[in-house]
Amino acid sequence: MSGTSSPLAWAGLVAPGLGHMLTGRKIQGAGLLLSTILVFMGTVGIPRLLERLAAPGGPDFAIHPYVALVSYLVAVFLLWWQALRLARPPEIDPEKLKTSQLAQIGKQFQRNRTGVFGMYLVFALILMALLTPMLAPYDPDQIDVGDKLLAPGSAFLLGTDEFGRDLYSRVLYGARISLSIGFVAVGLAGTIGTLLGAISGYFGGFIDKLIMWFTDLLLSLPRLVLLLAIIGIVSAAGAQTIFLIVVILGLTGWMGVARIVRSQVLSLKEQDFVAAAHAVGLSNQRILLRHIVPNALAPVIVYVSLAIGSTILVEASLSFLGLGVPPPTATWGAIVNDGREYLRSAWWITLFPGLMIVLAVMSFNLFGDGLRDALDPKLRGRG
Amino acid sequence: MIQYIARKLFLTIPLLWGVITLIFLLLQAAPGEPSDRFITPETPPEVAEQIKAKWGLDDPVHVQYGRMLGNLMTGEFGYSIMQERPVFDIVGEALPNTLILSALTLVIIYMVGVFLGTIQAVRQYSLFDNAASVISLFFYSMPSFWLALMLMLVFALQLDLLPAAGMVDAVEHDFMTVPEKLVDRLQHLILPGVALGVASAAGTARYMRSSMLEVIRQDYVRTARAKGLSERKVVFKHALRNALLPIVTLLGLSLPFLFSGSVLIEIIFAWPGMGRVIVGAIFAQDTPLIIACFFVFTMVVVLGNLVADLLYSLVDPRIRLS
Repeated sequence: MSGTSSPLAWAGLVAPGLGHMLTGRKIQGAGLLLSTILVFMGTVGIPRLLERLAAPGGPDFAIHPYVALVSYLVAVFLLWWQALRLARPPEIDPEKLKTSQLAQIGKQFQRNRTGVFGMYLVFALILMALLTPMLAPYDPDQIDVGDKLLAPGSAFLLGTDEFGRDLYSRVLYGARISLSIGFVAVGLAGTIGTLLGAISGYFGGFIDKLIMWFTDLLLSLPRLVLLLAIIGIVSAAGAQTIFLIVVILGLTGWMGVARIVRSQVLSLKEQDFVAAAHAVGLSNQRILLRHIVPNALAPVIVYVSLAIGSTILVEASLSFLGLGVPPPTATWGAIVNDGREYLRSAWWITLFPGLMIVLAVMSFNLFGDGLRDALDPKLRGRG
Repeated sequence: MIQYIARKLFLTIPLLWGVITLIFLLLQAAPGEPSDRFITPETPPEVAEQIKAKWGLDDPVHVQYGRMLGNLMTGEFGYSIMQERPVFDIVGEALPNTLILSALTLVIIYMVGVFLGTIQAVRQYSLFDNAASVISLFFYSMPSFWLALMLMLVFALQLDLLPAAGMVDAVEHDFMTVPEKLVDRLQHLILPGVALGVASAAGTARYMRSSMLEVIRQDYVRTARAKGLSERKVVFKHALRNALLPIVTLLGLSLPFLFSGSVLIEIIFAWPGMGRVIVGAIFAQDTPLIIACFFVFTMVVVLGNLVADLLYSLVDPRIRLS
């Protein structure tokens, strides 16, 4: 800690993260540098963004360039604030030293170097998805048959596909779809699972039996197969939209959470603080939502952070089968599928989106593993 | 034991009924009829009616539902509308192929996973352990369909070492001697097996590592060392057996996982198994075939769970089935 005020830390003001690197905080430094590089790339793309702001349309909904601009400014502020804090550490008032549960968990989490790195990777991925309109050199759906199947080179960083679309731009735009589907679908699944699991565990009896029977029912089909049936039918109806895909992924992913929450609630509802709440005369709803559920959330957070990775995988598999977000929208799985036919002649179409899937899923897995170690007291202190 | 199995199997009946009903309702909610592929705008209405009547699609929904349940109970899966032959034959041809693929994949998963995990645990925090952890995580996060395509690109298309598709050589297989046929089949198994198994092998290695780490710190392992046994004997004879306990349960649970994973792999490698059948049936809205496929998939999950329970009590006498 004594090295924090070293003059080397001021290097962080040139590129946030550099200061951390030079003062021995290699993981944070490398993580911050990733985001810094993205911000620098975004800076180069500002004229591109202004162009898109002036002429809305294309693959961007009108709001996306604004989102990119705001995220850019927020990212710049946060990164340089981190760098400045390292160079001029704030005075710590011992009175204010945080001992809350959250602060303890944060401290525990920071000991896990791979988990911390995973967190920075997740940040960088989200930043990349947000800044896409500034980073992508071309319109991802712009067809130019003259440029088809070009190998990676200076004009097209990752090459082009069979319609001459720029693969680099398509992979970037795919990040936005994959990540948002991952977050929203898992959020939905987590909410449904928590509610159903809590109701099931708290009220018991017939409701419990019914919900758990339905949970077992959905779990007794492999998820991909269940999704195939539902989405196959939906696509036959011609109603295959990104919104529907998210809802269906959410509706088929809640079972694990429901089981976890149920078992938590079963043990929590026997504890004294719940009896006290009953004695005070609180309603069931209030006891359940305000007193029991918050105490049952730690394993849910872990499960959910790991589920984002697997949801991205499932979404990619569906897109690969042509049952995901409908074309021409670029998603990673769909691009891999586009490249299948040209595997021999144009391997780059398949290679790069696949690598991005691996990177994204791996980041969430690293982050989730780190969270589990920090949040699960049973594993705490173990090598 | 037999009583336990019987009761568990009995309990799957409402589960199967639920799954079949759910799928039936979903299929009814879909627009269009399975028979639409035989009917063009030029088809005279009375002919269209006849076609519908042939498959019993003109009956009210509850009649169709009742007939389907009745047929299932007597083991009658009906006729596939798409292929116009008994569903039983189609599934009977495809299921063994998927089982072969799954069996080989299981071997890969357990050989690689257990071996890697054990060595990682024995050399905890060594360079090997860290490298293996990173590589495991990399493969664990990899979509199987992409790995399949990459393997195909490198080993089949570029190096031309292994065949890219099918179960046997389409042209020469019939003219081969028996040992040659066997080699031919094995060669066709390698790429799909690896693509399907690598992610699970990485997951198994992660489990195995933590399980082994837990066991290796226990007193009886120290006792074994104190007796003067070689490290190899301590690890592979004494520690490994107990460390394997939680891994063995995974065996039953990975069967359904392999079946659903094979959907993608079979399509990529043109492997004539259940995965291809179910995807084709769903795209063709072939109701009898879809129902039969879901029946099989649900049974695989249920049996997998049962196998997991039984194996667990078999390898660990402390666990009693009740």
